Amino acid sequence: MSKYRLDYLDELEAEAIYILREVAGQFEKPALLFSGGKDSITLVRLAEKAFRPGKFPFPLVHIDTGHNFAETIAYRDKMIERIGEKLIIGHVQDSIDAGKAIEQTGKNASRNALQTVTLLDTIAANQFDACIGGARRDEEKARAKERIFSVRDEFGQWDPKRQRPELWDIYNGKIHKGENVRVFPISNWTELDVWNYIRREKIELPSIYFAHQRECITRNGQLMAASPFLNMDAEDIIETRNVRFRTVGDMTCTAAVESYAFEIDDIIEEISNSKISERGARMDDKVSEAAMEDRKKGGYF
Amino acid sequence: MKEKKHIPNPSQEGIRHHIEMDILKFITAGSVDDGKSTLIGRLLYDSEAILADQLEALHASNRKNDDGSIDLAILTDGLKAEREQGITIDVAYKYFETDKRKFIIADAPGHIQYTRNMVTGASNAGLAIILIDARKGVVEQTTRHSFLVSLLQIPQVVVCINKMDMVDYSEDVFNRIVADYKKLAAKVNINNVTFIPVSALKGDNIVYPSINMGWYLGDSLLSHLENVSIKIDDTSAHARLPVQWVVRPQTDELHDYRGYAGRVSSGAFRVGDSVTVLPSGFSSVISKLEIFDKHPQEVLAGMSVTVHLQDNIDISRGDIIVNSAGRPQLSNLIEADLCWMDTRPLDTTLTYLVQHNTKTVRCKIQEILYKVNINTLEKDYDEDFQLNDIGRIVIKTAEPLAFDPYQLNKANGGAIIIDSRTNVTVGALMLRQSVD
Repeated sequence: MSKYRLDYLDELEAEAIYILREVAGQFEKPALLFSGGKDSITLVRLAEKAFRPGKFPFPLVHIDTGHNFAETIAYRDKMIERIGEKLIIGHVQDSIDAGKAIEQTGKNASRNALQTVTLLDTIAANQFDACIGGARRDEEKARAKERIFSVRDEFGQWDPKRQRPELWDIYNGKIHKGENVRVFPISNWTELDVWNYIRREKIELPSIYFAHQRECITRNGQLMAASPFLNMDAEDIIETRNVRFRTVGDMTCTAAVESYAFEIDDIIEEISNSKISERGARMDDKVSEAAMEDRKKGGYF
Repeated sequence: MKEKKHIPNPSQEGIRHHIEMDILKFITAGSVDDGKSTLIGRLLYDSEAILADQLEALHASNRKNDDGSIDLAILTDGLKAEREQGITIDVAYKYFETDKRKFIIADAPGHIQYTRNMVTGASNAGLAIILIDARKGVVEQTTRHSFLVSLLQIPQVVVCINKMDMVDYSEDVFNRIVADYKKLAAKVNINNVTFIPVSALKGDNIVYPSINMGWYLGDSLLSHLENVSIKIDDTSAHARLPVQWVVRPQTDELHDYRGYAGRVSSGAFRVGDSVTVLPSGFSSVISKLEIFDKHPQEVLAGMSVTVHLQDNIDISRGDIIVNSAGRPQLSNLIEADLCWMDTRPLDTTLTYLVQHNTKTVRCKIQEILYKVNINTLEKDYDEDFQLNDIGRIVIKTAEPLAFDPYQLNKANGGAIIIDSRTNVTVGALMLRQSVD
């Protein structure tokens, strides 16, 4: 007789599946925001568990800065082919061409902030009423108070003072026209939980998560992948380093860490012993202590 | 990590009512003055749950204790507005783990104006830590916090008597407060209380056993949290599955596939069980259970599953599948405890929405029976139901709800009220019984 007991990964998985099914049940036009990072890849796996053998009741949406790691895009396209679900791509370049976003200049120029414009436009164009994201509460202080169902106004804004009480596991997805809800099924997971889950489920990841040799420059004390998207000058010295990436974002703002973690077990060990939190490798959070909170209020994921 | 007393879990094989959870969610009740944030900060700091860059930010902060040591309370502060005002205004979630268990802390503010936040945090908690200032003993807010813990039916309670360093680590002070608290616990119907004397500021009995209180022989707080047993009810009599989604691929090869997807909210289902679908009342037998690619013979509370029935009956989201031998109450006139959570007062003439499990229907609060003064526990017959008020009401719903009394089955006894004008969640309901 096969009997199941819930270990902590099962518990987290069951909760996430429950949340995904609530989205399917409560909204007319939901979408799953897919970045190509391990958290959204985990969401795709959870969606398979929630809805198979049926189709996903939502498309995947990728907000493409155009400054991607080539490995991420290759991974994305292969994955979409495997799961046979719909992918909608919102291009930051289109927002720039339409004059809705202005390319930053200078050494630290990045398209990271411009993603918000494209995201909001993509939501409006497709009339999405719920966007599923892979954010976790352990990532950052401001996220620690975010609800599982987080209501945004038509400007995409999050108002931390006007959050709905979220009781038991009853999620209130009622909204007015023009508003939408960001839903975070893996809110209660930590970075290590995600990695342990990926190992358990044998989920394939983009290769940049694993140690490899790459040309890098050192910028503000962090290792950045040398690329045409990064504004470099004579002061920047390119060196080949053994690195991997702990998050997958825009090439201009995702720092690498020196690493010899070639296998998933190495990564789990590396993270278990690591003394730097995941977002510590994100330059976009370093700007000010309240950086994340400000971006969230402005409609960031 | 550090050395800890290891209490092995006895084998659970064959014991049907003792399934251990591996994640413990707990709430801390207390106010800034009781050192609540310091206690959480100490728990995180001493259990080495703080990473280097967060620690760096902590040391770089300008906020220090009077003696110049780092103010650990900063670790639980979240939002800018809160930092400016120096208070916690919302529920913040913190995560840490030890070798034995994973923990989620719901850090809720303790002042009376934030009662709704505490109710929110308490709704999901498996354990509550109630903080008492050793210098002050059992005070009004202790009564309030204990009442809420009891109302929300948090199964385990730990009373931390804090600031023991300020009372010379006195055993007499501790014993006096324990005796006082036991009287209160009896009054509000709380069982299972563990008392721990601590100093969050100095670190006594939080993670490490105190060297200042040799008279205390119990566990440190962390050790208790690691070993406390949190059980779930997995009897088939209470088997409940609110249907969230019907999986119907409608492809050629899966033409007849029809699976009812949902999370078992309580109890256990087995293949072959006779089940009833409510509110329709149709019965059938479970033909297959699925968890993605697995086909277990039995599924338990907490699991997200897909159920197949022998008969083709009309089931949709909002229905609940229950064991035929243990049916919930089915009623559209229900007595309930209510916590009001909106700045607009309750309006008994207005139609609201009630969301119970996956079902949302119109409702009215037909009658306010009484309110409770949660500081004194006295009943109040004032009919004005404002933000943070708690009391007993009768709710009338447009369609019957299939519920269990909250005291017997939390998972199927809680519901929320939504104001259909604003779509905001305005009330928490603990359903009690059908009114004839």
